[in-house]
Amino acid sequence: MQIYLPIADLPVNIFLVLGMGLAVGFISGMFGIGGGFLMTPLLIFIGISPAVAVASVASHIAASSFTGAINYWRKRAVDIQLAMMLLAAGIIGSASGVWLFTMLRAVDQLDLVIGLSYVTLLTIVGVIMINESVQAELRARRGGRATLRRPGSHNWVHGLPLKMRFKRSKIYVSAIPVWGIGFSIGFIGAVLGIGGGFLLVPMLIYFLRVPTATVIGTSMVMTLVTMTSATVMHAATNHLVDAVLALILMVGGVIGAQFGAHTGQRMRAERLRLLLGLLVFAVGMRFAYELVVKPDDLYTLRLVASE
Amino acid sequence: MTARGALTLAIAAALALAAGLTRPAMAERLVVSLSNHRVAVTSSFTGEDLVLFGTIEPDRPRTALRNAYDLVVTVTGPRQTLRTRRKERVLGIWVNVDSREFVRVPSYLGILSNRPVTEIAPTETLRRLQVGLNHVILTQRIGTDFADTVPEDPFRVAFITLEKEGGAYQESPTAVTFLTPTVFRVAIPLAANAPTGNYAIDVKLFAGGNLVSRTNSALEVIKAGFEQYVADAAHDHGLIYGLVAAAMALFIGWFGSVVFRRD
Repeated sequence: MQIYLPIADLPVNIFLVLGMGLAVGFISGMFGIGGGFLMTPLLIFIGISPAVAVASVASHIAASSFTGAINYWRKRAVDIQLAMMLLAAGIIGSASGVWLFTMLRAVDQLDLVIGLSYVTLLTIVGVIMINESVQAELRARRGGRATLRRPGSHNWVHGLPLKMRFKRSKIYVSAIPVWGIGFSIGFIGAVLGIGGGFLLVPMLIYFLRVPTATVIGTSMVMTLVTMTSATVMHAATNHLVDAVLALILMVGGVIGAQFGAHTGQRMRAERLRLLLGLLVFAVGMRFAYELVVKPDDLYTLRLVASE
Repeated sequence: MTARGALTLAIAAALALAAGLTRPAMAERLVVSLSNHRVAVTSSFTGEDLVLFGTIEPDRPRTALRNAYDLVVTVTGPRQTLRTRRKERVLGIWVNVDSREFVRVPSYLGILSNRPVTEIAPTETLRRLQVGLNHVILTQRIGTDFADTVPEDPFRVAFITLEKEGGAYQESPTAVTFLTPTVFRVAIPLAANAPTGNYAIDVKLFAGGNLVSRTNSALEVIKAGFEQYVADAAHDHGLIYGLVAAAMALFIGWFGSVVFRRD
């Protein structure tokens, strides 16, 4: 059944889009991530312009992270104080991201920047994840014990001034890295149409030593607010949010996430991380392929104004 | 009838006579009728063929008609400005390096005829009358200048190729069918993504390589229903639209957490 997308301006098969929502929702539920880094590329691959894909996926992630945030909130697994700090910086980051997005679109380089950033980000993150899980797997095979990070260990981040205490997470860190992380996640999210959960969670763990009990819940709240504000900003400045597309994705995503969460709970953490790493890396490679291989048509059209 | 009315009529008759004298002895008149002047694009719209019927009639009674006619129908959609970008390999990756703006060009262009336009009339005539994709005026902005280029210009060629691939520009030498030597039928194909607005239909009748008559008609494409409402809202009230979209996302998210609550 074909449905016409009013902003993307093309007819799509409603079941195809719903299926994509389900599949990405399943994966996001399984790994506890928003899934924007998969959804945006998929939409681009079926012919939706990168600009519309990025803007519409923002609202899709807002929906799925709200579901997640509510669940974590009930389990009291959200450090609201930390989330608020990240958010204040995140919203500034989102606004700068939307500004850059508008600028790049005007000079016809948006698609290139989106492509390049996806390649860089996904390949690096993918390689790190694969490497870590393979190492862990090998250690397990040898029967050795994993080298546990000493809980009291400090790195350079802890030497920074302006220290603050976050009670729920039981950490005492400088506000500077918190702002830095918040800003960059908001910025990347607005430009690339990703919630940034798969970047934020490792950042919070490695730089701020946020305990696992609160890290995902806090990241969900952060994603929720940055993506909700990105939706509003993209709609107000670029008029690119396709509500019909977003609605179909959301419905698929919310349902898929429930089944994904079930499957995820029955799998081992290391195995799960290896799979996610491979997936992230594969999407990165797909973008690299697009950039390097000679396109079928060297010319492309873009609408400037219609009367 | 008043005196002034009679005078006007007399002048009109004199003018008609004078016009008749300067014209060739054989003159034709085109009478056309469109199946539907208004096309509504809804969510289930997958394209439509409109039909234009017409006859060739003698301009005055008892004038003879010729044996063979050719017909070219040019359908021009609402104007829009597009940018054509060209990619080149830079440091191993493909990057947009150059672009040209096509200013106020038709968003839809259908050139429909009973045989290829190049066989209907000589190039000079086609160019003068702007008939065929090679001869329509497509204004480009080159620096501060606005001008159309030669048909072989790479940007112009690429632009037409892309528009043809997208279904916006079409050249069909079989869309016009002569049912009898003087009665014809034209199929006007509208794609699913036909832009909304007014379309001008220009019907030109050729005989022996010369234009012998022409007439006009028009059609309107309107987007109807929910899609148009959404598109209008997104453009005219961006902020409110964004807030509604965000609220919808939150509602769906909340609904999901309620429906699938496990504890």
